[in-house]
Amino acid sequence: MTLHTLDNFSIDYLQILDENGEVDTDLEPDLSREDLLKLHYYMTFSRMVDSRILNLQRQGRLGTLPASTGQEASFCAPVLAINDTDWFVGSYRELGGRLMRGEPLINTLHFFNGFEEGSLNPKSPRTLPVSIILASQLPHSVGLAYGSRLQGEKDTVSLAIFGDGSTSEGDFHEALNFAGVLNAPVIFLCQNNQFAISTPRELQTKSATIAQKAIAYGMPGIQVDGNDPLAVFKAVDDAVKRAREDKGPSLIEAVTYRMLMHTTADDPTRYRDDDQVESWKAKDPLKRFFKYLNNKQYWDEKKQSDLEIELKQVIDQAVKEFEAQKEFKPDAPFDYVFEKSFHLIEQQRAQFLDELNKETENG
Amino acid sequence: MDKINMVQSLNQTLHDIMEKDENVLIMGEDVGVNGGVFRVTDGLYQKFGRQRVIDSPIAESAILGTAIGMAISGLKPVIEMQFSGFSYLMMHQLEGNASRMRTRSRGQFSVPLVIRMPYGAGVRALEHHSESKEAYFAHTAGVKVVIPSNPSNAGPLLKAAIDDPDPVVFMEPKRSYRSFKEAIEDKHPITCIGKAHIIEKGDDITVISWGAMMQDTLKAVKRLKAETGCHPEVIDLLTISPMDIETIIDSVTKTGRCVIVQEAQKSFGPASEIIALINDHALMYLEAPVNRITMYDIPVPLFGREHMYLPSQEKILRDLKKTLNE
Repeated sequence: MTLHTLDNFSIDYLQILDENGEVDTDLEPDLSREDLLKLHYYMTFSRMVDSRILNLQRQGRLGTLPASTGQEASFCAPVLAINDTDWFVGSYRELGGRLMRGEPLINTLHFFNGFEEGSLNPKSPRTLPVSIILASQLPHSVGLAYGSRLQGEKDTVSLAIFGDGSTSEGDFHEALNFAGVLNAPVIFLCQNNQFAISTPRELQTKSATIAQKAIAYGMPGIQVDGNDPLAVFKAVDDAVKRAREDKGPSLIEAVTYRMLMHTTADDPTRYRDDDQVESWKAKDPLKRFFKYLNNKQYWDEKKQSDLEIELKQVIDQAVKEFEAQKEFKPDAPFDYVFEKSFHLIEQQRAQFLDELNKETENG
Repeated sequence: MDKINMVQSLNQTLHDIMEKDENVLIMGEDVGVNGGVFRVTDGLYQKFGRQRVIDSPIAESAILGTAIGMAISGLKPVIEMQFSGFSYLMMHQLEGNASRMRTRSRGQFSVPLVIRMPYGAGVRALEHHSESKEAYFAHTAGVKVVIPSNPSNAGPLLKAAIDDPDPVVFMEPKRSYRSFKEAIEDKHPITCIGKAHIIEKGDDITVISWGAMMQDTLKAVKRLKAETGCHPEVIDLLTISPMDIETIIDSVTKTGRCVIVQEAQKSFGPASEIIALINDHALMYLEAPVNRITMYDIPVPLFGREHMYLPSQEKILRDLKKTLNE
């Protein structure tokens, strides 16, 4: 008889740019000025859009939508680490990431106004639409990566983004298991924003970290400061390199914080203290990235103010176009049920239009 | 030509298609080395290799979920649910994603895949191995549901499902897997989804069935003809959704009488849908109430009793006579 240890594991934590904007130069990723400014641009853009769409929702001009303020580093930095030819498989709280993938802001607005027309990204044939059912998009990311490789694309990877709540879903575990077994080139990026609506991270899992769940599926896992754009980029970039070299999938836990509500239908004062929210304000990703860029002499207050004026104009313009084109043809939902429609559906479309006409006539 | 059974028909079709189209891929539990528990995928792993014939972990949701990704990437996955009783674990991927991806993306992404699954009672299997839940799948917009009934139509229908640009649930009546053989015609008339097959033309009564019940129905019809000399029109539905309304209505308009034989439980099933369609389009032509012969609205009993609960040939014959004489 014998008792011996079969396996040991440890989980690394990575932070490169601390809350005060101090950088660890040994770990600092080699990013060009252009890339850094691009990242800064989209993080700022995302924050401003989030603020604007929340206002529009409060005015009744948009429907229910999720807030993403505070998480910009977690969902923008990963996109900098992948190519246009890679798959982006997100959930619903990665606004700036989708904008970086080319999603026109007007589409974002149409989508949050309840029209299917906004849910596709015409600029990126490799960005999947918003996925509402938690973790259900994760198996897709595995199939996309595997499928592209089987069809001869040697470099293609999938970036899958989800939240801490999703890690309790069966599809999270099934997807990581499949990715491991199939050696699929997938980067699983968890935005651990501490809450699944009202349920805190501690009630989602007894694990000390989400990152360590990777070990059970035979892949590396790492926890990073999710409000540190450099750490998020570095972790994703390393995982992308591994995936491209056919070394398989990885799991990254980006520890961040949902500064605002889950969606506009939610009231966070019911389940969390203002003190906690205040304490996370000091960790804001935009503030520390500004300091970093400022220290590098890439950026200053004047440039920031000019950028914000420019972005406000971009947003104003998109909102104006959105307001001007709020109506779409009413029977569009009949268009894409199948590639080739059939009699029953077309008959019902005609019936729907007929009913609609009658209602219009009756005022 | 040698006669083959339904399993051989499906297996040969998969061999042919995978030979011709390198984007077709098989995935499921025990479908590779073992060739599937019913041997439908026999020999594919050996011929096409483990990258195209994947023995997956046991997780139905991820089997469909991963296949959705593969389909979007350009492959044509043909996945297997080992038994339809296990397929409920993939339902949210079917309802939430496979059926909606085309609509959600305004046509940017499509999900051309086939979900094969053996279903139905009559092979003395364990609990959860005997249900007929075609209505679950048919009640999902964006999904097609087909059911072959014999070796001759199984292969062509599977080919049509694989050729289809949208997700197709392909339900295999396992009671008919090996129960009889047929010589396969080169050109079988049934090659498209959405088209029912009129097996026998007649003017006196319309008899509609599908799947394993088709054989019992045909035997009952044969006896009915011998005993009464009537001319029934027998329809093999083949596609549950989208249903071939035209064929059904044309027939009922002509005969004025209709009996539907389904293995599934009575309420909320395809037979109910057929009656509703007749109500919409042919009510005034009816000479008798439409009769549906079905299982009861209870969980399918364990196999010790299942033979008592499945609609029998005798029961079908009795009900055919009743509707004929009403």
